Amino acid sequence: MDLIKEVEKQHLKEDLPQFSPGDKVKVHVKVVEGGRERTQAFEGVLIRRQGSEARETFTVRRVTFGIGVERIFPVHSPSISKIEIMKKGRVRRAKLYYLRKLKGKATRIKERR
Amino acid sequence: MTKAILARKVGMTQVYDELGRVVPVTVLEAGPCRVVQVKNEDRDGYNSIQLGFIDKKEQRVNNPLKGHFKQAKTKPLRYLREFRVDDPDGFTPGQEIKADCFSAGDYVDVSATARGKGFAGSIKKMGFSRGPKTHGSHYYRGPGSLGSVDAARVFKGRRLPGRMGGWRRTVQSLYVVNADAEKNLLLVKGSVPGPRGSLVEIKESVKVK
Repeated sequence: MDLIKEVEKQHLKEDLPQFSPGDKVKVHVKVVEGGRERTQAFEGVLIRRQGSEARETFTVRRVTFGIGVERIFPVHSPSISKIEIMKKGRVRRAKLYYLRKLKGKATRIKERR
Repeated sequence: MTKAILARKVGMTQVYDELGRVVPVTVLEAGPCRVVQVKNEDRDGYNSIQLGFIDKKEQRVNNPLKGHFKQAKTKPLRYLREFRVDDPDGFTPGQEIKADCFSAGDYVDVSATARGKGFAGSIKKMGFSRGPKTHGSHYYRGPGSLGSVDAARVFKGRRLPGRMGGWRRTVQSLYVVNADAEKNLLLVKGSVPGPRGSLVEIKESVKVK
């Protein structure tokens, strides 16, 4: 197993901020459009962190025009230029799937400080 | 020169390519191998090299094999495998072969013993379709009809349930993502037959050059 870690080590990001489920985050993603590269931001609530090492991913959920959108990002992907933490949230579980059933005011998460 | 090496399967993970895309890879601990014997057309009737991999304790080797290793001036090695080559003159007994005989961007064929699945049914083994689960069908995973009534026998080659796996399988044209001779690592895109820790043979691709 050590050799696998050795391989993955080269692809890990070292400057990752601390973030956990419940946080409101803004993910800056590099997109290539017609040969031109630009950054696109996706802002929402972090509802899941899954996996470990180079295979770790996180899911961000946002509701736009009444439609829930969830995007899954690899934590160590080079196409993510920055992960901004807008707000730390206080939640009591690791996977916030219950947010999918709620809307409006009910989806509010208490801030942690 | 023909390229070939022996390796141990370490496991799978994923890496990112230069465009930031995820590439699934199998990590192989490749070499260092030693050429133990070189066979040529004149003496042996065909051209090949015999590679040895992973050191073995001297006391575990029987006398005939000891002599074999002594001829090649190598330490006793656990695994010996032969590879056909076009030109055996490029190899000398005792020569070391490392992971850098391949480089990133190459295509390889990988052979190993596949995992044994035991006695498997026709759905798992041959990919037959399943019957309906409901509506009183009473026919779920059977192999279906075995042939016509007129022949009064089952034709040879009829695909039926039986032992699956545990035999040698070759996966062709796998892309080499990275080759590191210092760490003896070879990263190959996609999966490779066999469980973790098993011996695999890596050769130049037959189809893609």
